[in-house]
Amino acid sequence: MSDTTSIAGLAPASAAPPAWRMHALTLYRRFAQHVLPPLVVLMLLVTIWELLCTRPGAALPPPSQVLSDTWELIIDPFFDNGGNDVGLAWQILASLERVAYGYLLAVIAGVSLGVLVGQSTWALRGLDPIFQVLRTVPPLAWLPISLAGFQDSNPSAIFVIFITAIWPIIINTSVGIRNIPEDYRNVARVIRLNGIEYFWKIMLPAASPYIFSGLRIGVGLSWLAIVAAEMLIGGVGIGFFIWDAWNSSRISDIILALVYVGVVGFLLDRIVAWAGRRVTRGTTPA
Amino acid sequence: MSQAYLSISRVDMAFSRGGVTNPVLADVNLDIQRGEYISLIGHSGCGKSTVLNIVAGLLRATSGGVIVDGREVNAPGPDRALVFQNHSLLPWLTVYQNVEIAVQKIFQGKRSAAEQRDWILHNLEMVSMSHALDRLPAEISGGMKQRVGIARALAMEPKVLLLDEPFGALDALTRAHLQDEVMRIQSELHNTVMMITHDVDEAVLLSDRIVMMTNGPSATIGQVLDIDLPRPRDRLELADDARYTHYRHEVLSFLYEKQRKVEPIGSARARSAATAKRESAAMRA
Repeated sequence: MSDTTSIAGLAPASAAPPAWRMHALTLYRRFAQHVLPPLVVLMLLVTIWELLCTRPGAALPPPSQVLSDTWELIIDPFFDNGGNDVGLAWQILASLERVAYGYLLAVIAGVSLGVLVGQSTWALRGLDPIFQVLRTVPPLAWLPISLAGFQDSNPSAIFVIFITAIWPIIINTSVGIRNIPEDYRNVARVIRLNGIEYFWKIMLPAASPYIFSGLRIGVGLSWLAIVAAEMLIGGVGIGFFIWDAWNSSRISDIILALVYVGVVGFLLDRIVAWAGRRVTRGTTPA
Repeated sequence: MSQAYLSISRVDMAFSRGGVTNPVLADVNLDIQRGEYISLIGHSGCGKSTVLNIVAGLLRATSGGVIVDGREVNAPGPDRALVFQNHSLLPWLTVYQNVEIAVQKIFQGKRSAAEQRDWILHNLEMVSMSHALDRLPAEISGGMKQRVGIARALAMEPKVLLLDEPFGALDALTRAHLQDEVMRIQSELHNTVMMITHDVDEAVLLSDRIVMMTNGPSATIGQVLDIDLPRPRDRLELADDARYTHYRHEVLSFLYEKQRKVEPIGSARARSAATAKRESAAMRA
């Protein structure tokens, strides 16, 4: 953060010859501060793993073996041999598609319900206790009932994502709405904003930091839930890929899949966080 | 008397909580002429803000009513623009947009986009904020925020401008500067202004009349003082003016003798007029 601002601040000032050198220097400094430390630690951990698992009788493969076992999967993520035998990119995209549906529905329903509960004391009294109980139900516990209801695996998985992600969105949105300062409401009343104008111009921007923290928790939970749900429903998807690999003792494939799951989860979190930063200051041109 | 531009008549206000009724205001009557600058002064907790909020329409009086320009007040509206003590700018909007949100709403369909834009710029110009149109409230000082709050209120072309301790949160130098600006703007626009303050000097300097409120519960208007000082007023010249000193003394003696607040300032009565300046400074804090 501070590095980027210093670039922005310095570049125009020190205009002529050393500009590119300054730029290279700050790039190098960023690398040294943010990329190098995790890289070093990662190397260290992989080395320990290698040492532990190359001993005779080790239950898990060492990283070198994981790499050689899964090389085919790594270099060709987009193969398609029909059925479940498709590349890892397809597996992950299938999971992401389910998450996208379930999460988007959760965002729409969650923000709406959150606004309702935040605005109305009666809705709060009636709904909040129910939400507080339902949100403690583990994601997978919803799966049998949704399979029974939908009679189909794909909508059931989407429903599990939806029901997992919606609670933090509802709760954070309603807290955000309830915390809108009285002064903002008074400003809206003095200039006589109507309900719709109030919603778009005051309520959403004022509550958006809270809403986005709910959205961020929600996307993380969705990704946690999809892997577990897919293990049970089967078909294409990273969750079932892991389960399938376990059943055919391809431990290296599992490890590779875990790395992908972690990276994708991290990216999802970052995307929502980035969108949140954009939106919470997004109403301003600059 | 019936010709008053803003008329507060027989206003009672009581808050009920848990079955206990708490009378705040009792029989408040006040008539304000068009273009008049009125200050409401009193100890904290006496219900000054309640009076202002009733005029603004944010609170409804338990009984009695407020009439502005022949119409009864029963809801908030831009004809009674409010400047809040803590500026209450919307932090996600720039300086320009904070004024724009009001202008757009109030003048939609009445003025073209270009006219609205000119009007926003004109009002920000008036409070000397043209240099910071694209700044966010977090990026400007407290005094600047209050200027934008004033510009937003002025841009509504209110019939009555309501100021709720507008300079209360500012340091002494900024406050003096902003008071001068408000006097200059007032000499151009001749708004009808109702201002709440704790500050005796501020009240005397800015007002045509000072309305002094008794302590609650059941607070009401204790005394009204006409300030007959020529405008434009200059704080340095007035410091030695006998009439100015006299008005200050009137207000101080009302606050500290007739309506002495018992708990917080025990020895206030004993203090001499020479230390009154420090007293009023202490009251602001």
